[in-house]
Amino acid sequence: MKPAPFAYERPRDLNAALSMLAASSGSAKIIAGGQSLGPMLNLRLVQPELVVDISGLAELKRAELSGGELVLGALVTHADIEDGRTADVTRGAMRTVAANIAYRAVRNRGTIGGSLSHADPAADWISALAALGARVTLRSLSGARTMPVEAFVVGALESALHAGEIVEAIHVPARAASAHWGYAKSCRKTGEFAHAIGVALVDPAAASARIVIGAIDTAPIVVTDAAELFGGRIAADYKERFDIRVADALLVKAGVDDPAQRHIHLSVLKRAVQEAAA
Amino acid sequence: MKEESGVRNEREFPSGKSGQGVGARLPRKEDDRLMRGRGQYVADIRLAGLQDVAFVRSPMAHARIRGIHVRERYRDRVFTAADLVGIKPIRAVSGLPGFKISEQPVLAAGKVRQVGELVAMCVAPTRAEAEDIAASVTLDLEELPAIYDMLKAREPGSALVHEHWGDNIFLETNYEVDISAALDAPIKVTREISTARQCMSPLEGRGVVAAFDARLDQLTLHSAAQMPHITRSGLAECLGMEEGQIRVISPDVGGGFGHKGILLPEEVCLSWLTMQRGHPVRWTEDRREHLVASSNCREHHYKITVYADRDGTLRGIDCEATVDSGAYSSYPFSACLEAAQVASILPGPYQMPTYRCRTFSVATNKCPILPYRGVARTGVCFALELMLDLVAAEAGLEPGEVRLRNLVLPEQMPFDNITRKHFDSGDYPEAMRRALAQIDINAIRGRQREGEADGRHIGVGVSIYCEQAAHGTSVYSGWGIPMVPGHEQASARLTPDGGLELRVGVHSHGQGMETTLAQVAHEILGVDVAKIRIILGDTAMTPYSTGTWGSRSMVMAGGAVATACRELGERARRIGAKLLQHDPASVVLQNGEVRGVNGSVSLKAIAHTWYRRPQDLPVDVDPGGLEVTQGYKPVRDSGTFSYAAHAAVVAVDPDVGEVEILDYVIVEDGGVLVNPLVVDGQIYGGLAQGIGTALYEEMPFDASGQPLATTLADYLLPGATEVPAARLDHMETPSPYTQFGVKGIGEGGAIAPPAAIANAVNDALRPLGVELMQSPITPHRVVAAVLAARAAERSAA
Repeated sequence: MKPAPFAYERPRDLNAALSMLAASSGSAKIIAGGQSLGPMLNLRLVQPELVVDISGLAELKRAELSGGELVLGALVTHADIEDGRTADVTRGAMRTVAANIAYRAVRNRGTIGGSLSHADPAADWISALAALGARVTLRSLSGARTMPVEAFVVGALESALHAGEIVEAIHVPARAASAHWGYAKSCRKTGEFAHAIGVALVDPAAASARIVIGAIDTAPIVVTDAAELFGGRIAADYKERFDIRVADALLVKAGVDDPAQRHIHLSVLKRAVQEAAA
Repeated sequence: MKEESGVRNEREFPSGKSGQGVGARLPRKEDDRLMRGRGQYVADIRLAGLQDVAFVRSPMAHARIRGIHVRERYRDRVFTAADLVGIKPIRAVSGLPGFKISEQPVLAAGKVRQVGELVAMCVAPTRAEAEDIAASVTLDLEELPAIYDMLKAREPGSALVHEHWGDNIFLETNYEVDISAALDAPIKVTREISTARQCMSPLEGRGVVAAFDARLDQLTLHSAAQMPHITRSGLAECLGMEEGQIRVISPDVGGGFGHKGILLPEEVCLSWLTMQRGHPVRWTEDRREHLVASSNCREHHYKITVYADRDGTLRGIDCEATVDSGAYSSYPFSACLEAAQVASILPGPYQMPTYRCRTFSVATNKCPILPYRGVARTGVCFALELMLDLVAAEAGLEPGEVRLRNLVLPEQMPFDNITRKHFDSGDYPEAMRRALAQIDINAIRGRQREGEADGRHIGVGVSIYCEQAAHGTSVYSGWGIPMVPGHEQASARLTPDGGLELRVGVHSHGQGMETTLAQVAHEILGVDVAKIRIILGDTAMTPYSTGTWGSRSMVMAGGAVATACRELGERARRIGAKLLQHDPASVVLQNGEVRGVNGSVSLKAIAHTWYRRPQDLPVDVDPGGLEVTQGYKPVRDSGTFSYAAHAAVVAVDPDVGEVEILDYVIVEDGGVLVNPLVVDGQIYGGLAQGIGTALYEEMPFDASGQPLATTLADYLLPGATEVPAARLDHMETPSPYTQFGVKGIGEGGAIAPPAAIANAVNDALRPLGVELMQSPITPHRVVAAVLAARAAERSAA
């Protein structure tokens, strides 16, 4: 279980990193915390010619408030968020999610940008950030583009990243004081990847709701205008109005054929909705 | 957590003041080394010129090898079956009638019969380079239909793992005590029950460092192994060498559990390679190799009917058991130990007038099955204890009641059961009563009636088993396998400074024997435990032994150490009497001194005189010296029977399928405990593995025979957060047949938990009409069963 030979570079600034990626014409992999790529290299599931270690890029470690939203550099670790070393605009939502990612050892090294880039359907951030309405900025030598997280994650282990592009930052909008947040997941054991994730961000005052069903075999199901899951209307009584049949239809549509699997997803989502709080 | 339980039975130290002898709760001596990271495992060994080996393994479960293509530049670094001239395949036969022999080539020849089977061996200065070479080798394989379902493999017309057999049955056995008398029983319950294929997953995998010493004309094989002397015999057979030309050293070993009991093809390959190339070579099993390629365990299927009277009294059991033995018979236990044992141990500690059991050891295109901690008992306990809960439900009785009605009684001891197992001692009903009381069955029933605020369902389950351990010649001679344990030997040597060296052929890979065997010696000789060294794991330094398996080490090696120390003590006593100028009949050995009416002389002084000042010895001194090897067998070698009652309380979420263990009680009787702290550790460790069997561990296969859990992300093992703070209670019924009354207890912790937990889950979900008869109990299986029950209810309504 040793990786195939690869070249290794540890650039000092983002531009140098982007140049290396551009020069590699798609045969490079970026490593940050290495919590997913490390094992994949050792299992020879990926055999890049070049590994670009971005852990030295200070500009990707920043976390700052900007215009009411939080901008997290891609290298911010789960532990940074868990421990409150970064500012928070989600009123604790991200902190709780971070604290329940895998094990502490993974959280110490694993980064938010790496987790998004890897796009493992069972990982927490792709579901949680989609529910929070976060956007992600991708940068290459030719410039930057920004897109919603739900557009960034295309499928299982598939993102919108082009060759030569890197996740630079995540923009997290402030969670309204009236918005209820519920996050539930089911894991076979502590620290294991989830086999069902349900997320609800419901703002009865604003009559808006975002619902995410994650940890399915493909990209999470993200419902940005989730009124249909609540009988067509979001109001204070949304918990009673939650219509599991609509969610079930979404899972069927996403190709989740196994009834027991769907039932688990629905039960976990129901838990997220029922436990949602301001 | 032990201290909180309040249910411990501490026993007095029989050796009195010193607190170091049999019964002392001593911290483990070896932990000073192991817990500080100073252990020395195979992968830590560095030899000059060492090169690493990686193997090309079969990517297919069943295929004909049409070609193996090696790049020109790697020709001298890649070896295939064609190179291994004169090397014999591994052959583990059984003498049981009808057993079909498999030959496992150490590198595949002609055909591959499992994913991960060794096809070529690649050697390079580092493992990474060796893996690069392995990746460059291409295989031309003609895929054959894979046999991955043991029940289908039994059917006529199935594809064949070994064509010349004509079927896929290693061995079929039949055992019957006239079942016809049970057939009119008012309660008759029939079910199919199965346990998943598992991987034993010791922290340390297998590993081999092989080197050849031209001066000694000796191959030295360092191997993470439980049974170094057996490994040596197997190696000698495969390599065509004299046993004296081979030394097997097994250094610190990070867990065995049976996985390290077999002769590996890798061991044979590396032995050949080092002699071929003249430099040391190393192979370290990685986790993927462990999961996929080397050996699995536990895969049982039962079709079982239990007959009982209305009051729960057993009338008989009729069972057909199938075990997936994998592609090859492993050395030395063979492919049939597991299944054939099912027939003799299925009745467990219960009385019944009739019994029938057919067993099938089936060959499939999977890696060989090995006896894992508990061996067949875990599956047997799972099958029978789940069935007894169904009998209880039919009879309208508490599950505990049904156990108490049928368990063997203390006044029947010693007891020969329906399969002629000889129970040495014990009070099984008392263990069950204590477990029921400590889990507080009545309180749980009350709580169940009230329901849970969170919507989960609470359930309670019990199970009980017996663990035959240290069974010897009379039992194993009948199996006709390559290994039969006889007298166990130990050597004891008093050193010139009064220390004690003990040499034993068993090995310690977590059992704490460097402490417990020292306690046994202390009990006899009174030498301070700190001054006793235990030497094990090296065929050149220890007496022959079949090694550590079958929970035999404390009974057998402990007995041998006691016997050797007694003889040593007797010799020291005679020398001491001379030094004291006493009549030998008038002196005694006590607390490390030889004492007479007028004075005493310490063992240390006796040793000093014997070795360093022999001029002070009288001319007629006994010349035997202070170094003794003695052999030992218990008075009866049919085995000790330890046992335990387990009780579990679980909470089950029927919609998400999560199972939480709320409480767990173990009431255990291991006879006299040499070190209760070590026994507690054994039980906790076994419990963790039992929880793995119950809830987490499973190696699934697809229809082409591909193992699907190839990393620990897919093969789930319980971690610290999944193992509850179990409450332990010890009973101590001495064995009448062993030194000090000890019994083997190494495996028991892993036997009962799957049954207790499954019974608790079924108890929780019984109101929903749910019944789970398969391990592990995964969230998906729970929810699927709940949905099926709901659908059945709807269609009935």
